[in-house]
Amino acid sequence: MSGTLLIKNGHIIDPGNEVDEVADLWIRDGRVAAIGDYEGAPDEVIDATGKVVCPGLIDMHVHLREPGQEWKEDVESGSRAAVAGGVTSMCCMPNTGPHIDHAGIALQIIARARQVNLCNVHPIGAVTKNLDGKELTEMRELSRAGCVAFSDDGLPIWHAGVMRKALEYASSFGFLVIQHAEEKDLTAGGAINEGWISTQLGVSGMPVEGEDSMIARDIMLARRADARYHVAHISSKGGVELVRQARKQGLKVTTEAAPHHFALTEEEVLGYNVDAKMSPPLRTEEDRLAVIEGLRDGTIEVIATDHAPHHEDDKRCGLSCAAFGIVGLETMLPVSLDLVRAGVLSMSDMIAKVTCNPAQLLGLASGTLSEGVEADVCIFDAEATWTVDREAMVSKGKNTPWHGKQMTGLVTHTLKAGRIVFAEGEVCG
Amino acid sequence: MRPLKHLFGIADLDREQIEYLVNLGDSFIEINRRPLKKAPTLRGKTIINLFFENSTRTRTSFELAGKRLSADVINISASTSATKKGETLLDTGQTLAAMQPHVLVIRHSLAGTCELLADYLPNTALVNAGDGAHEHPTQILTDLLTLKQVWGSPEGKVITIVGDIAHSRVARSHLLAAKKLGYTMRVVAPKTLLPSQIERYGCEVYHDFDAALPGSDAVYMLRVQTERLTDSCAFPSIREYHETYGLNAKRLRAAGSDCIVMHPGPMNRGVEIATDVADSVKSHVLQQVEHGVAVRMAVLAALCGGHADEKKEGRRKQLADEAMRAQGTLL
Repeated sequence: MSGTLLIKNGHIIDPGNEVDEVADLWIRDGRVAAIGDYEGAPDEVIDATGKVVCPGLIDMHVHLREPGQEWKEDVESGSRAAVAGGVTSMCCMPNTGPHIDHAGIALQIIARARQVNLCNVHPIGAVTKNLDGKELTEMRELSRAGCVAFSDDGLPIWHAGVMRKALEYASSFGFLVIQHAEEKDLTAGGAINEGWISTQLGVSGMPVEGEDSMIARDIMLARRADARYHVAHISSKGGVELVRQARKQGLKVTTEAAPHHFALTEEEVLGYNVDAKMSPPLRTEEDRLAVIEGLRDGTIEVIATDHAPHHEDDKRCGLSCAAFGIVGLETMLPVSLDLVRAGVLSMSDMIAKVTCNPAQLLGLASGTLSEGVEADVCIFDAEATWTVDREAMVSKGKNTPWHGKQMTGLVTHTLKAGRIVFAEGEVCG
Repeated sequence: MRPLKHLFGIADLDREQIEYLVNLGDSFIEINRRPLKKAPTLRGKTIINLFFENSTRTRTSFELAGKRLSADVINISASTSATKKGETLLDTGQTLAAMQPHVLVIRHSLAGTCELLADYLPNTALVNAGDGAHEHPTQILTDLLTLKQVWGSPEGKVITIVGDIAHSRVARSHLLAAKKLGYTMRVVAPKTLLPSQIERYGCEVYHDFDAALPGSDAVYMLRVQTERLTDSCAFPSIREYHETYGLNAKRLRAAGSDCIVMHPGPMNRGVEIATDVADSVKSHVLQQVEHGVAVRMAVLAALCGGHADEKKEGRRKQLADEAMRAQGTLL
């Protein structure tokens, strides 16, 4: 995008550069030109008075469903949902059909995202072929094709021997392995957290030990391999503590939390609410508070949504049968802002978890407003309120637990490489 | 009393409603013993029994209950239903509801079946005839009617329930009813057959059957599904299960001379219950079956009555709303 754009008088928060001040943001030819003074006249001005201006958000855990399940979501609808939520870069998980287990699929998704041209899409490559947990994929080739990390997400890398080799091989080349930590022997048949709620509903539960034991095992293997190991969507008190201890010992262990795991508990499933079913499941208040403490003390560096759009047909069949997962892109920011309002995180620290922290972890060029970088920008009103309406969601997936709930924090503009891609509640283009 | 729209579970009923249904059931016992077993209560009403799980007694019981009250009753079992052709539970429910039955009685392995259907079937009364491991309310009403006949009231009594509590909807419904009606439940099982945090129902938990027996006023044996043995390592063998948790005459003596024996059926003789106990005078298993028909008559009568009133109420409200709107337009 050529020309000069001025985002005037906003509260610029760029944690990667420790910027936290009311100032003007100048964008020239799609790149950040300056914060503050700049010589030149703007072609276009966005008045950001009273709003926060930050780097475009990064969601490192998204399911785009393309190729294979385009009726649930596709690169275009997912990109539209992303920019509506202020997200300008996202990582898509490989459990598509075919899976992202060979370079061709990664290249296809990236090409589609460029065509759509709303949001950067970085594929996560599969760790094992077919996600069947047996043979490693060609990780170097996938990396060259644009994959920024590796995971079998949706499924754990279950067998310890395979996980050991995956961590050893990936770490030989500096690749990050992301684990969906779930010991299937313990969770088989389960739909929700195992506990008092599952007992009352008569629905099979997934015990928290399924998550904890897998994380504990993986940390041991990661230590031996000196590997970069990342726990996806951490949900349990025990899991957070294991990661905290591993980090204290200097291991390259990181983790992310999903908004639903720090905002909601298993109580949401009472009444057989299928839109509160995901894996790992919503857990107890004690677990929720532990996730929040992990976010506060830095154990959890990243907030990522695990955006998992599903068709109504896959949800309207009862709690035990419904597909796992909820959509998250459009509610990520306001739910995360609750952490700021509750005094858990400063605004800057919260924004870091959805911008520079995941960028650093994944080696992305985005996530800051450094001079010269592509101007991916999110402008939001932290005080504005709105009500979630599933029918009004941009994503094809309507499976949100927040339907009808009031949100505080509204994205007013999203810019991708200096171009306005979302404004006034509408996706542009 | 709060009118009944549906019967999803004991959880939704208050003490007054439970006692009303049990007492109404009591009054229907007599009809079942007449030479001519027919009353006109539900003439013109249509009841569909939709059973996705095998059932002999519950289905027959619901069928007789409807027919003896002169309702038109249709039975559909999963093997003959459209679900074999891939129709979803919701579509089957909506299809049947479109034929305007008054009551749909449903048994399904999915916990929360009625809760799922209710949102889409606003004009049909739904009765839960057992949903997964969630609830089985008419069985508990049946048991309460049986206990009423023996004890007058269950209040202050101790019922010891033994077996696969983890997968038992009967156990859960009883645990809920106990709290509402003031009786004590002792649950007896190895930890492998107990659900998480069962003690939060306010029951007493035992792993040793013999320790639970003294002071029990009733021993309630649950059917053990032998497939659990291989599927989930829940217990090592039938032999050891019977030895540890089976009810035999010797054990029953330890419970005291007034202790009665119950079982929701079907019984596994030689597994959870020995024949000498099953056929003894202490056993109320067949009374439970008989009372099952009477209680289900009560449930159907209560729902058809209450539902019709509510529909009338709904229509009245609709007319009132229309009138209000018309006035608004005129103004």
